[in-house]
Amino acid sequence: MGIIDVVDLRKYFPVRRKAFGKQEWLKAVDGVSLSIKDGAVFALVGESGSGKSTVARLVLRLISPTSGRILFQDRDIQALRGGSLQVFRKSVQIIFQDPFASLNPRMTVFDTLSEPLKIHKITKKPELKDKVVSLLNDVGMQADVLNRYPHEFSGGQRQRICIARALAVSPKSIVADEPLSALDVSIQAQILNILQGLQKQLKISFLFISHDLRVVQYFSDEVAVMYLGKIVEHAMTDELFKNPCHPYTIELLSSVPKIRPDGKNKEILKGDVPSPIDVPPGCPFHPRCPRRFDPCDKIVPELKATNDRIVSCHLFN
Amino acid sequence: MKRSPLKIYWQRLRENKLALTGGVMISSLFLIAVFASVLSPYDPNEIDRNNILNPPSLTHPLGTDELGRDIMSRMIWGSRISLAVGFVAVGIATLIGILLGSLAGYYGGWGERIIMRFIDIMLSIPTFFLILAVIAFVGPSIWNIMVIIGLTSWMGVARLVRAEFLTLKEREFVLAARALGVSDMMIILKHIMINSMAPVFVSAILGVASAILVESALSFLGLGVQPPTPSWGNILTSGKDNIEVAWWLSVFPGMAILITVMSYNLFGEGLRDATDPRLWRTGES
Repeated sequence: MGIIDVVDLRKYFPVRRKAFGKQEWLKAVDGVSLSIKDGAVFALVGESGSGKSTVARLVLRLISPTSGRILFQDRDIQALRGGSLQVFRKSVQIIFQDPFASLNPRMTVFDTLSEPLKIHKITKKPELKDKVVSLLNDVGMQADVLNRYPHEFSGGQRQRICIARALAVSPKSIVADEPLSALDVSIQAQILNILQGLQKQLKISFLFISHDLRVVQYFSDEVAVMYLGKIVEHAMTDELFKNPCHPYTIELLSSVPKIRPDGKNKEILKGDVPSPIDVPPGCPFHPRCPRRFDPCDKIVPELKATNDRIVSCHLFN
Repeated sequence: MKRSPLKIYWQRLRENKLALTGGVMISSLFLIAVFASVLSPYDPNEIDRNNILNPPSLTHPLGTDELGRDIMSRMIWGSRISLAVGFVAVGIATLIGILLGSLAGYYGGWGERIIMRFIDIMLSIPTFFLILAVIAFVGPSIWNIMVIIGLTSWMGVARLVRAEFLTLKEREFVLAARALGVSDMMIILKHIMINSMAPVFVSAILGVASAILVESALSFLGLGVQPPTPSWGNILTSGKDNIEVAWWLSVFPGMAILITVMSYNLFGEGLRDATDPRLWRTGES
């Protein structure tokens, strides 16, 4: 059992019904199970529209699941009320993708960072300013920014403020929803170093959502690959990158640009992700799969555990 | 360089000369209304049988009416009515609009459906005739008018606030506040409301203009502020009765209404442009 366990999680969004038509559902997350171990980094990888961010919002209890359960320290977070919900809020924090939308434009840095401290009564009033300054120092910023507004900062600086806000409550776990993808490459490295430093130092477990495989390989302990709301392959990071099994994982890995190209022709994924409203029958990946064969368009492959991983593909059954 | 959003608004507004003119006009009207007792040369209700329907002159700069009352004094006192009606009515409308709009926008569900359909019903009734009908029941008085205009003009604000809430509640900083365990009340007030106030404030300013117009129209019809209390609308009524002999009775209060309404509109529109981040040049946001 990890610090956060997700069991057969589903989230369907209703799609506007046509007159006399039957109700259609967008299956954003369709039967996802995973377990984040205390102090470990669990990466969730996939293309846009694969349901990664929906998982993040579900784990934070910002939206409620259609079915399935999310356990935090073995307690179902949907059942939390009052005091125990506040304990959960204090324990699990989130960092968003877009640093320009994640800070209240009318609140100064001091207001933003002191809000969680006041709500959870972490710091007494006289020490508030010192605590906020020390949070800023943790993310490499100085006290002179306290009275500034978000629009005065660059994307990287804002993302640091967001990290500091998440750290204010000393969380056990942080969900990072593509925290680097809106930033310049040079800034990405800085932010990643901050996250990694904090993770090592404070033993915070991460649910790290990303589509950047190089970052995932560098930062995470365990990886799950998502496609159209389902996990298609799940393994320890080293294993997955050494020996990807699922055709989708192979395609994803081969799409990473290399510094020294080895001359081999890349297998580039053709086509787009199908709409999650109209999921293809059988294996959801079969229309784009270069290795599809007989059962792929008819039978949905099950997630099967092999010796070192879990994979859902008919090739391995 | 510390610049709060408010300072940016001010800087943008300062560059808009028309809006600034409107703002200056509004401020002067305020001063006139506040210092009415000092500024008006005569008692607005003092009847002078020797000077009935006098044209503008040095003793009566804007002329006198059919009872010999000084028009300038009556208009100065009438500005109090216009401002009071404008602000109280809009205050009521804005409060109702913010309350219903934020409830509908933040919580959604069946409450939202009921509120939005109620708004549709209210909007489907021609407001002016509704106000006339209600006045017929409760009787004309300045307080009734303020309340009724307020109760019939909140729908636009409610829709505006709901729309702002719908977009803002999905923004990451609001989600982050929820993830931090901030209470619904504090999220609504500190995170959503404060960020949706600029358009509400603009619509309130524009609303003052239309409230002043409605009050003038009601007073003109004799269903608003009752004589002898002066209001721009009921000065116009006596203007209508004497239009062939005393043009000054119609022209001056008409101009006052026109200029006031235009000032509010210019100022409100300037404010709207100044507070719309999409119109900010790069470097300002």
